[in-house]
Amino acid sequence: MVQDLGYLKETASQTAGPYVHIGLTPNFCGIPGVYERDLGSSMVNDKTLGERITVTGRVIDGAGAPLKDALIEIWQADAAGLYNSPSEMRGAADPNFTGWGRCPTSAEDGTFVFETVRPGRVPFKDGRLMAPHITFWIVARGINIGLHTRLYFPDEVAANAEDPLLARIEHRHRAETLVAGGQAPNYVFDIHLQGEKETVFLDI
Amino acid sequence: MSDTEFRRPETGAFFQRDRDWHPPAFAPGYKTSVLRSPQKALLSLDNTISEITGPVFGHSMLGELDNDLIHNFAKAGESAIGERIIVHGRVLDERGRPVPGALLEFWQANAGGRYRHKKESYLAPLDPNFGGCGRTITDENGYYYFRTIKPGPYPWPNGVNDWRPAHIHFSIFGHGFAQRLITQMYFEGDPMIWKCPIVGTIPDRRAIEQLIAPLDWANTIPMDARAYKFDIVLRGRRSTFFENRPEGN
Repeated sequence: MVQDLGYLKETASQTAGPYVHIGLTPNFCGIPGVYERDLGSSMVNDKTLGERITVTGRVIDGAGAPLKDALIEIWQADAAGLYNSPSEMRGAADPNFTGWGRCPTSAEDGTFVFETVRPGRVPFKDGRLMAPHITFWIVARGINIGLHTRLYFPDEVAANAEDPLLARIEHRHRAETLVAGGQAPNYVFDIHLQGEKETVFLDI
Repeated sequence: MSDTEFRRPETGAFFQRDRDWHPPAFAPGYKTSVLRSPQKALLSLDNTISEITGPVFGHSMLGELDNDLIHNFAKAGESAIGERIIVHGRVLDERGRPVPGALLEFWQANAGGRYRHKKESYLAPLDPNFGGCGRTITDENGYYYFRTIKPGPYPWPNGVNDWRPAHIHFSIFGHGFAQRLITQMYFEGDPMIWKCPIVGTIPDRRAIEQLIAPLDWANTIPMDARAYKFDIVLRGRRSTFFENRPEGN
């Protein structure tokens, strides 16, 4: 026998179910008044530094249909490449930028929209700079554990070419699933759960 | 105490997720997962700064009734119908450490098993005094509690006669974006837990039992509300430290 490490097991995930919007965006789904506003509905204010962009997209299932009951959260660095987080040790991020957004997909056509700023570059563990990116987390009915992925920018060709995460993708054409479409300042990022265009999801 | 005082930031990578403990993406007994499950392997990577960081949610954002689902949607002087309960517990990480400042959001059906949602079609009635959502933030020791009514079980279209056991959905936001978790809490003694295809997506019985809150008789308030205790475990993190800020355990 050896000593017990004493670690606990992470609580198992369960699907967010069909009514995740009740819990996370109640004002959006017709339960007004419990909270003043839905958390994560605004990432910027009129003092936020950096280039304003929008990211719109859909989450598409294996039959080609957009999910109308999904919820997306994003997390990103500010324009200078700093996270608005206590675990950010490299400096103080823009206090007028939260870095975190939450958006339900619409009941009509399944789109989500984030109004944010173009993130600066942040370092990989070895000090190399990663290309500008936005981290995505997707939950919905039928998704048993939240899906992590990243958005990269189509106009950051040189930075993308040296990005350590993109470089890890063995099948090169699949790296394109992480690069948004559209152009500044309006980017489009469709997330494909299955099929030929299946987005690269991360175990991270 | 301010929200940041008790939160000494950590910068280590989170422990790798045990994917055999969590439900697989593709679980055909839960039919909706069939077309919504990635089919290709996930790309496994150690955390970068984009995953070890996360936003802070301050206690100051909370309203007085945010953690009281019995009253937070009710008309003045009225309350939601149902069995009054208190749900409480701790948010810990895999190292057994409390996670202070964690944002918990919950949502649930009413006592008759009906959600307040325009796509909900179950014939059980809405309760005009029950909205079904609440939230709180853990204290410096990782504790949380909220008041609600016990949700009812309800049928759902999967198999011909599938029912969800009574459950409360939990969304937990710890200290890093990689710790993000959504799960469901079940109630001790409910025989329907073991018939549910969504519960059944979890392969290991011990992982299911970790989602079942026991009746906490000691904390039950006489003549008021029974208590259920539900502890939640988020990913732990390594004690790696960055060069510019050495920090021990």
